[in-house]
Amino acid sequence: MSSASFDDAAGRSPEAPNAPVALSITGRRFDWLLVAAVACMAVAFVRAIFFTPIEALQGAAQKIYYVHVSAAVSAYLALGIVALMSIVYLWLRDERADRLAESAGEVGLVFLTVVLTTGPLWGKPIWGAWWTWDARLTLTLFLWFLTAGYLVLRGAVDDAAMRARYSAVLGILAALLIPFIHLSVYFFNTLHPMPIVLKPDRPSLPNEMLVTLLVFFGACTVLCLALIRLRYRYAVARDALRGLESEGGDR
Amino acid sequence: MRPTLLSSTWVIARKDLAIEFRTRTAFLAVLVFAVLGVAVFYFAWDATAVAALDLAPGVLWVIFTFSGLLSLQRSFGVEQAERAMDGLLLSPIDREAIFLGKALANLLFVAGIQLVTIPAVALLYNLSLGRPLLILFGVALLAAVGLVAIGTLFSAMASNTRLAELLLPMLSLPFFVPVVYGAAQATSTLLAGRPSQEAWPFLKLLIAFDLVFLVACTLAFPYTLEE
Repeated sequence: MSSASFDDAAGRSPEAPNAPVALSITGRRFDWLLVAAVACMAVAFVRAIFFTPIEALQGAAQKIYYVHVSAAVSAYLALGIVALMSIVYLWLRDERADRLAESAGEVGLVFLTVVLTTGPLWGKPIWGAWWTWDARLTLTLFLWFLTAGYLVLRGAVDDAAMRARYSAVLGILAALLIPFIHLSVYFFNTLHPMPIVLKPDRPSLPNEMLVTLLVFFGACTVLCLALIRLRYRYAVARDALRGLESEGGDR
Repeated sequence: MRPTLLSSTWVIARKDLAIEFRTRTAFLAVLVFAVLGVAVFYFAWDATAVAALDLAPGVLWVIFTFSGLLSLQRSFGVEQAERAMDGLLLSPIDREAIFLGKALANLLFVAGIQLVTIPAVALLYNLSLGRPLLILFGVALLAAVGLVAIGTLFSAMASNTRLAELLLPMLSLPFFVPVVYGAAQATSTLLAGRPSQEAWPFLKLLIAFDLVFLVACTLAFPYTLEE
């Protein structure tokens, strides 16, 4: 590990050693993507609550579906980025890949928490149970444990290069584990509804509901990417600051 | 001439087993922990309401998982003292061989624990281990390979972190789920006296897990070392 490479990644040149440089790179910029994401989420919520018909059998409880499914897709997106960036890091040893994995891991945990909170809230009135040990519920729960473990591991290693290698190894092994957990829980019976939209023939959802779901999908994905970007910028600023601090300590 | 992968694996395993054999503390401690756990579990259920046959597989595999974690903790912990790890890394052997040697020593350690615990469970829970005993040891060995592969790698990682004792179980337990599931289901099938073909899908799960993670952890291990 070397503090020099962190300085380079932050774009600091050796001739300009002081703080304003780091600030100009990562400083207060208007985060248009985050604003757009929040606006999209607002539109999606308004549409889901006021402009989408209430489902005949499940009543208003069904509306949680839009949040639940979209958050799940975003969580998988974020965790996919973690796994991919873990491979890229071990391959290219690029600190940007490690920072992206770190950022996506944290955002992924947030979305998984949303999935695991909205799921029981929906399950209680419809299935009559907060939780069942069904294949997809169990898989999501263990994804949550793995992601939490991943973030704890990151927090427990002081050396930056070692932290990057350790977390990349864990990211890849966790990706290998997913099929096995899926296979183990697949032996159980499932209460969870089968895919409604992504299936070979036409989606079995009325058009208005399908549009709402797609709007939510889009809004959630934009929010997920905006949060990862925000977290990534923080990681860049933090590492630049550490570089400056260690530079100051050396003198 | 560089020693082959197999011979250097054996050298490392023999070193760890020699340390264990001469001190004997860890094996006895883990063994007592395992049997104690089996006994304590018995009080957690109403023995008149739940049949021992239904309890035994779960107890057995929970105990194996936790006693395995206890023994794996030490695997790289012993190399921390006087920076013995640096000596290992300087020796002219492949880093994969260090991992495989450590894993082999851990496997023999865990297998030794199982060899005593399985009869102890049979004794304390009044199970008749007749014909399925041999297959049961086979299941235990298959499961131990998976546990040890994962545990050895994470032990190497956790020993270098600030949360060593806490991190190993936190990282390992999610990975143990398919192993514990497959092994416990196979065990309960065998103990219930059902035909051993019914245990075959679970054995396939264990074999696949062992193959994938033994290879993956061996390849990943060099990345966890100082470079």
